[in-house]
Amino acid sequence: MSAEHEQHPLFLPLVFVGGLIFGFGLGFSHMAQPEVVLNFLQFDDFGLLFVMFGAAAVTGITFFGIKQFRSTAPLTGAVYGRRLKTLDKNVVVGGGIFGVGWGLSGICPGAAYASLGVGNITILYGIAGMFVGAYLQGYWRSTSAESDAPAAAAD
Amino acid sequence: MSLSLLALAFGDLFPNGIEHYALGGLFVGLGVAVIYLGTAIPAGASTFLESTLSYASSLSRFQQYHPSRDWRVVFTLGIVAGAFVYAATFQSGFVSSSLHQPATTGEFLEVGGLTLWLTEVQPWRLFLGGVLIGIGTRLGKGCTSGHGVCGVGSASGASFVGVATFLLIAIGVAQLVAALGVSL
Repeated sequence: MSAEHEQHPLFLPLVFVGGLIFGFGLGFSHMAQPEVVLNFLQFDDFGLLFVMFGAAAVTGITFFGIKQFRSTAPLTGAVYGRRLKTLDKNVVVGGGIFGVGWGLSGICPGAAYASLGVGNITILYGIAGMFVGAYLQGYWRSTSAESDAPAAAAD
Repeated sequence: MSLSLLALAFGDLFPNGIEHYALGGLFVGLGVAVIYLGTAIPAGASTFLESTLSYASSLSRFQQYHPSRDWRVVFTLGIVAGAFVYAATFQSGFVSSSLHQPATTGEFLEVGGLTLWLTEVQPWRLFLGGVLIGIGTRLGKGCTSGHGVCGVGSASGASFVGVATFLLIAIGVAQLVAALGVSL
């Protein structure tokens, strides 16, 4: 298996810069604070909607807009196209389990990484938990003779 | 009268204003956009959990992410570094803007001239929540960035369903936890 970044020397630097901007945004919008997310879920402050849908608006314009100018990406040669995930039972069951965890803790993966960056070392409990959970589901799904199609490259 | 009522309701819904939320959201979207423009990859945050496990486990479930595991580590390090840039500028008070809101939650810790921010959410909630998030995001094919930002941005039906599901369930659970008197 060859790594996805072997093609171009600027691939990893660009990914790092993208992560940098992404993480700065999560810090600036206070999404790195689980308390602020819990305040949203408890209807005390609806600001999170501006973060999620503001970000989705920017990506939506980018995803659809770039196709008017180019068909392939400069660093990978990959085609700009929609890589849609298939809608099945797992989206709902997994989304529900994620929702319980999100509502209990106020954290999600990207915001947890960012939380570490603002100095919140306590978040390591949450990140450790995420690795345990990701391992458990991978172990269960590998051992249970599941005839599901190979999992989509999910995010 | 309707205008002032509207303003009142708005202040109720957004007691901390909206500027820093909207601006932060634009940055989050911009980060995804920069990577997408260069690579055509819609980057989400939760695949990192499984792709990184491929360094330690030979399970095929994790090894399928072998080709992307290096850049996903770099993406995550970028997120941590970007949040640290925020901490070293606005959070520490070295840079200020009328669009920025200082944190009103958690606690601050001064270390070597920098202001660090620490949560007051209990470790057991972070850990247990984390386990459920690790299971749920990977089973459900995405998290708040993969479904919420990239998927909604792609007008993906599966992502709309994913977002609606985790948002509604999370609201229910957070309200229940608060009603049970589990304090922050």
